Order: sequence, then structure tokens, then C-alpha cells
Amino acid sequence: MAQKAIREYDAKSILAKHWDKYFPDFTYAYETVMVQNGSELKEAAKTAPWIKEKNLVAKPDMLFGKRGMNDLVLFKDKKPGDVTLEKAASWIDEKSTGNQSVYFSFDGDKPTGEPSVDKLTNFIVEPFTPHEQSEEYYVSATCVGDDDVIYMSAEGGIAIEENWDEKVIEVAFPITATEEEIAEGIRANVPKDVADKDKANFAEFCIGFFRAYRELNFAYLEINPFVLQGNKVELLDMVAKLDDTAGFMMVEEWGDVEYPTAFGMEAKSPEVEAIEEADSKTGASLKLTLLKPEARIWTMVAGGGASVVYADTIADMAGIDDLANYGEYSGGPTTGETKFYAETLLDLMTREKDASGRGKVMIIGGAIANFTDVAKTFTGIIQAFEIYAEKMKAIDLKIYVRRGGPNYEKGLKDIKEAADRLGLYIEVYGPETHVTDIVRMALEK
Amino acid sequence: MEKLYTKDTQAIFWNNNKTAIQRMLDYDYTIQRKTPSVAAIVAPTSGNKFEKFFFGPDEVMIPLFKTTAAAKKAQPQADVLLNFASFRTAYDVTMEALEIGGFSSMMITAEGIPERLARAMNQTAREKNVTIIGPATVGAITPGAFKVANIGGTISNIINSKLHRTGSCGLVTRSGGLFNELSNIISINADGLAEGVAIGGDRFVGSVFIDNLLRMEKNPDVKYMILLGEVGGTEEYKVIEAVKNGTIKKPIIAWCIGTIAKYYDSGVQFGHAGASANGEMETAEYKNNAMRDAGIHVPTSFNDLPEIISAVYHELHAEGIIKDIPEPAMNKLPNVRRSKEFICTISDDRGEECTYAGFPISSVATPDTGKGIGDVISLLWFKKQYPKWATDFIETVIKTVADHGPAVSGAHNAKVTARAGKSVVESLVTGLLTIGPRFGGAIDGAAKYFKHADDNNLDPKAFLKYMKGEGVPIPGIGHRIKSLKNPDLRVTGLMNFAAEHFPKTPLLDYARTVEALTTSKKENLILNVDGTIGILMVDMWRALGYSENEIDEFIESGTLNAFFIVGRSIGFIGHVLDEKRLAMPMYRHPMDDILYDVPEAQKI
Repeated sequence: MAQKAIREYDAKSILAKHWDKYFPDFTYAYETVMVQNGSELKEAAKTAPWIKEKNLVAKPDMLFGKRGMNDLVLFKDKKPGDVTLEKAASWIDEKSTGNQSVYFSFDGDKPTGEPSVDKLTNFIVEPFTPHEQSEEYYVSATCVGDDDVIYMSAEGGIAIEENWDEKVIEVAFPITATEEEIAEGIRANVPKDVADKDKANFAEFCIGFFRAYRELNFAYLEINPFVLQGNKVELLDMVAKLDDTAGFMMVEEWGDVEYPTAFGMEAKSPEVEAIEEADSKTGASLKLTLLKPEARIWTMVAGGGASVVYADTIADMAGIDDLANYGEYSGGPTTGETKFYAETLLDLMTREKDASGRGKVMIIGGAIANFTDVAKTFTGIIQAFEIYAEKMKAIDLKIYVRRGGPNYEKGLKDIKEAADRLGLYIEVYGPETHVTDIVRMALEK
Repeated sequence: MEKLYTKDTQAIFWNNNKTAIQRMLDYDYTIQRKTPSVAAIVAPTSGNKFEKFFFGPDEVMIPLFKTTAAAKKAQPQADVLLNFASFRTAYDVTMEALEIGGFSSMMITAEGIPERLARAMNQTAREKNVTIIGPATVGAITPGAFKVANIGGTISNIINSKLHRTGSCGLVTRSGGLFNELSNIISINADGLAEGVAIGGDRFVGSVFIDNLLRMEKNPDVKYMILLGEVGGTEEYKVIEAVKNGTIKKPIIAWCIGTIAKYYDSGVQFGHAGASANGEMETAEYKNNAMRDAGIHVPTSFNDLPEIISAVYHELHAEGIIKDIPEPAMNKLPNVRRSKEFICTISDDRGEECTYAGFPISSVATPDTGKGIGDVISLLWFKKQYPKWATDFIETVIKTVADHGPAVSGAHNAKVTARAGKSVVESLVTGLLTIGPRFGGAIDGAAKYFKHADDNNLDPKAFLKYMKGEGVPIPGIGHRIKSLKNPDLRVTGLMNFAAEHFPKTPLLDYARTVEALTTSKKENLILNVDGTIGILMVDMWRALGYSENEIDEFIESGTLNAFFIVGRSIGFIGHVLDEKRLAMPMYRHPMDDILYDVPEAQKI
């Protein structure tokens, strides 16, 4: 996936790193730290004196919003703006112990739907900044259709979503718009509710913001709110996504940025991480998502499109409760890469027998390849079979193969022979069989 | 543009992807195209000038170029760019080609081009009215005319899927693998494709469904269209709009894959980078329903697609809109092909009579043909028919350099060897072996340095300074005894010939200004015969329309020396025959002509 969410801390760090380029007329203190527990915060205070000297604000930095509504923003002990280092450290320790329930949607003050339950592991801590509500502004940018759009509002804060249509000005720019056209477009559309004294600064800040969004390859960038006090800027809250395909050009610009798993999302298993690692090192494509590892139907499908068709068909015919994974390999992976991919799947599927005593099913599917050498990739799968044959028999695995493309006759013949030699149950079909027909066959058994 | 490609379409292939190019040529041969569909290959890091490919049982050479600009200049008719650069460079390659111009479509295969770059590239192409296929695609095909790279897979699959001749369906998919699968399904349930495009799996692709369907609407070969969409994005709604407002009238069959995505939250990425639903409208189910409501033929699942294709096809066939397609003749690829070890591009002895660059020997040999040795050289060395003034000049040069007496090192060597009892060829070769930087080499050197000075607009003074910096005397300047007052009549002859017959002589004119400066320093620093020949050869090639690069290559490869070798061989052979005739004994050099200075070796 090209667009990846990053932490608020990283978003601020990236802007801070390039501050003078995009915001030469403004100052930003960049007083912010990210910690995992209270003692880390105390440790950080040794090199960043403001942590001891100033009153603090602390909140989780784990890719979710509505932290205030969930009572997860620490800004007061007895009264607003009196949080000390000691208090912040103990609060972080308290919140990071045990699971927390977080609601993502609210009706007024009332949470709606089921909460996500997970551990809070990352917190961002910043100085408490006294300011007027009227000094809070909103700006964000993203791509809509073919255009980049900047959203600007005189009213920042959590209420913005409810008053979106009245309060937010949108300006769209084509990708080929020049700096001058953009500057002009932003200056001409400063929301009228922005205080007169701030209007010029607001426009200049938004111009720099939009330029940073474009040049630093953000896919989404939001500051809600930022505080303008003359030329002094505070970034109170940020949300950002990067276009990670630009990573190779942005090594220097982004620095050491992390793409964390969002709160409530299961952490990636080591197997998935290993496949991602392998994917990043090859010109081919290797993708794996675990949907329900205890389920009985496993897919090893070639091709980004075909893999979806198989998943659709399994969902239609068997329902999603039986589908263990989604994934695909494509773009001509080597024998070794295919072997590694197959081993990973076989390892996962052979760990346990099916709970209801049925045999498990492995769908080795694919459309008619354009250039991937079927025999070569199947050699990798066969090598993995040889390692896992006994375990595969132990879970009563039935294998269904359907594939076409360069060298497919040899690939199909080889895999059939290997399975027979290893005593594995296998059915093998070529392009004369409809691409997803093996799903029906597997389910009829 | 109503058709993406025709049978005359030729491409410039960026990156020497031999397998993909060979697949294209195999396809060309199978469908009996006259010209290979790849006219040039851009291979920035290759030192080679061409790559060999099979064209049926034979081999053809496709020229290699270091830049797209050079490839386009050499093959201006090639209006398709197949951009096989990596995701790091694909953007630059596309933008450069858009800048060069003259392309009607470009296909980009790289997956994962940074989104902003992809958008900028797509937008620029749109403004220039260039159709982009991709990025992240396997390409497009117009069956029976032109196939991009690997699309359709192997030749046997292509024929099985009837992609070798025009059918009646226009197919647009995102996925490349499913494109192939659908081609197969369409060949089984209908009569194959008229045109097919896999638009690519990235979020931002150049031409989208609607762009391709609108073109197909205008293409008379396309009788109905099939659209295979995906979860994510809103492109299908543009098609719905076009159907509703009547812009598209031909029947469409459509299906969006990814119906499973509704069961999972947005964290699960199904399929391509572009396949992720933001909101209900972008789900596969919603889009399938919307398309069905608009009157598009939408099956209940991917599995039912074959049935609906068959139904629409047979209905159109029954109405007479689709006619039966006669199966065209095809060439069959040989099972075994062997790559040739040697290549010959100058003469051919396979026919009735051997030819020199296409001309039978008898058509240039006898006096009545009006052809001389200069013509033969122009055919065999340059594969061109030079005009008479140029062949006359070549002959003048050869005659001028034929001999220069027995004392020069080459003639001397030849004579000594002949007296040792060796054969004509052995004696000749020892003479020829002395030809090089010091003997005869001034022709090369003069051409090279004077051309360099002229190319860089060095005035004579700057040129002299430059040569001083190089640490070499100016080749082609200076004579043992001749001077301006006592001119070398060979030089006078060459210059007179050039003045009378050459269209113009810019390099010689420049060299004369250099000579004016050098002779003002020393009387005998005149432009000598070697210098004059080298410089006039450059003027000849310029007048014949060769590019500066081509002339530099002639100089680099030693072509100028070759004139000297041919000419002087005549003289060497004369000296060898002279020795044989005189039956001179073995030569021994007189000892009193040698300075002996041989101290005893020191011990170390």
C-alpha cells in the first residue's frame, strides 16, 4: 500500500527538520518527545530541560484521534496547565499498563459502537501552551481525484468535522500548478473568519504548509489545530500519511520514520513481517495478510487481480469464516523467493488441525501468467512441499492447483509428480479449467 | 485516435528487455507483420550498437541507442514508447519522451512510482494528448497488429486465446494476469479481442477505464466492451455516466472484483495499490449494482462472467452486428532456432551472383558500368552509393599515397623481408605493420584534431595552445623540405580538386587559417599531404550528410588509415616485386652504421 500513516511525533519532526525552508517567517519551538513509559520521559528530561521546567501535555501517539473524548489527553492535574513531569510520568505509566478501551465514534459525548481494546505503547509529550480559542486554526491537505486540495478553517479543534461545510474553505490545485498559482489561490481564499491581524500570516503559513505537503511527498497532512501568535506557531495536533513509494527519494528528508500498526490492529506476525521484508528486496511482489489463521482454507495465488477473484469466490461459496489468509505472489519471483513464500504459508497452516475435524485446503491458484515462468515458481513450491510433507499429511491437507502461462505444462506435471511421490493429496488443472473452479471442487469434497 | 495500434505501429523499447522484445517479434512473425514492431531499443549503459533477435527462423538486428532522443531521431516513425525503466527512473524517461514529442502513446511497466511523480507524468501526457498505458501494467494489444511486450503470454497461449487476429470485443482491465484470463474466456465464449488494455494496478494510472472505452466506442472493429474493475476508486462511475448520457452506445459487460473487501476493515489491502475502498461508493458491490442499474451487463459473480459474455456475443451475432471472422494465415515459429555467430551487412554470396551492398559484382566491375574502385570502396566500406565527385576523390587519395620511395620505414621493411626470401604476402605484411601513429597516422590525427578544434570553435591561436597542452605536434602540419614557396604538388592537386568538385570545404578552409599562423612561425610548417587528406575526408563526409557523430566514429575506427593502407599496399607490393625481380641477396646491415654502447650489467 502506497499511503502509510505515521505518528504525530514523526510528522512534527519532519516539518521541524525543514522548518526554515517552508516557514522562514515563522518560529516553531519543536518541543516534543515520544516515550513509551514514565522513566523514558524522566530520562528525556535530562537532555531536554523544558520537560522539567514547563507544564506538560501528554497523549497517546498511536494513529487514532478523539483522544480527548476518550479522556486520553493529560493537560491538568488540579487545574488546566498544571501537569508536572512527575504527574505526566505516572499518568503514562498508568495508561500503558493493561489494556485500554478506545471508542472511535461518538454521538455527542456518548461513545457509539464497540470499543477497540489494545495496549497503549507510545505517548507524545509537549509543553502546555496557553492560548485563546480564537488563535486556533485548521489546515490540511490531501489528494482528491486528480487534484491536490488544501482545506483551511478559522476554527480548529475537534468540532471541525461537525461544521465542515460551513467552516472549511477548500481550494483544489492540479498537480502541475506552479508555486505562484498556488500562493495566489491560497491568499485569495483565506477564510473570512480568520482574525484580520492574522490573515496575512495565515495565508503565508498555509502556503508553506501546502508546499511542504507537496514537496515532502505527504499523502495526507493535517494540523488541527495550529496556533498563530504573531510569527510564533504551535502545532497542537497533527495527522499525517506518507506516500511510501517516494521513500527512495526521501531518505534524507524523512529521516528515520516508522510505519506503526494502528491501535487496536493486531500487531503484524513475524511471518507477515518476514514476507514484507522479502517483498521489499525483490522486483517481484510478495504479499501476505493473515485473516483468520485457524481457518481451514489457505490460498497461495499468483497475481494481484487473480488473488482477489479467489478471495471473492471463497467468500461467496464458503464464507469468510473459512478463509485463513489473503496474499499474492507475482512479477516473476525467483524459485527461492517462491519457496520461502510457500514455506511461510505451509508453516502457518500446519501448526494446528482444523478445530471441527475437517481437512484443510490449500488453493494454489492463478490466472494465465504473462511472463512469470510457472515451472520455475512451482519448483519453489515443490521444494517447500518436500520440507513440510509430513506435517501437511498430519492436518489432512488437500491441494488444488490451477495455473496457466509460460511453461505451465511442465510446472503442473512437476507439482503433480512431486505430490504423488510425497503422498500428498493433489488435484491439478490448467487453463482449460475456469480460473476459480478449483474453489468449487475443493468445497464439494 | 480511434485505434491504439495498427499493423504499421512501431515502438521504441526503453531498456533492453530481451525476452519481452523477442516475444513481440515472435508475435510479429506469427501474424505476418512486415516490419518488426520494435524499431529501436534504448539501452543507456550498453556499448553495443544493436541487439540480435529472431524474426521467425531468421535473425534481425534492432539498433540500440543510449538516449531516447537519439532513438527517436533515427526512427521517427516509431510513435509508441514502451517504458521498461524501473520505478526510480520511469518518470524521468516518460517526461523526457513527452518533451521530445512525436509519440502517440506510452506504456509504463514500473510498479510503485511515487504518486506525485505518477500524477505529474499522467497530467503532462494528457495535456499533450498522449495516451499513457500504466504505470504498473503489462500493456495493451491490438490483435493481429501490435502487441506490447509480454501481454498475452506465450505464443501458444496467444493463439489459444485468439489474440493473433482481430475479434470483436474491446477489453479493459486493471490487472495484467486477469487480462490474460479474460482473453482466454472471451476466446472460448466469443470471438476474441479487437483491442485490449490492462490499465495498471497503481492508484494513479494514465489512461483510465473511460479513456479507453471512449476510444473503443469509436473503433469500428469493437462491437461490445468488457470492463473488469476493482474495489476502490470511482472511475467506474465515469463509465456509468457515459452510458447514461449516450456517449457510449455499444454494449458493455462489467464486473468489479474485490467483493470480499466489505467483510474486512480498511486495514486489509486486497489486490493492487489502487484497490482500497474509501467509503461505500468505492466498494465492489456498490459499483456492480450501480453499473447494473445503468443498463450495463453485470453478472452475479466473476464465475458467471463467461455466461454473460456468451449471451451478449451471440445476441450481437444473431443481429448481424458481429460477423463470422475468417481465420487468417499465420506463420509458424520454428521449434529450434540457432543464433548466428557472424553477421555480415556488406556483401551477400547466397544468390546467383555475389553482391556488394546489393549490387552484383558484374554491375560495378567492367569499365562500361562507369564504376571505379572508389565506387567499390563506397559500397563495401560505407554501404552507400557515393556521388562521382566523392568516389573520384577517394581514387585520387589512393593514387596519391600509393608510394613514397624505398626509404620510408614500411617500404624498407618490405624490401628487407623480401630479400630474406619471404613471400609477397609476408613481405607486404611486414611493411603494413609499420603503419600507425608515426607512419601514415597523421591522416587520422589531422582529421581528429582539426575537427575537434573546428567543432569547439577554437581560433588558430587557441588551437595551437590546445595542442601544446596536449604535448603533441599538430598532425598533418610540417614537411621535411617543402614550404609555402616550394609547395608540395600532391597537396596542390588535392586542394585544386576539392576546390573544383566539393560542394564546400569548411574544415580545409579552417586548416588553411591554421597553416597561415604556423608558417608565419616557420616556413616549412605547411599543411602536408597527410593533413590535407584527413581534413578533406572530413569535408567529404560532411558534404555527404553524415552526422558529426558518424564522422567521429569513422575516425575512431581507423577508416582514414584504411585509405592509406590500401593505397600504400600498391607501393609495397611494387617494392617486393622489385626485390624478387632483382633477386637481391639477404640483407645485413653494415656494422659501422650502428652505435655500439654496451656497458657490463651491474649486479643487484
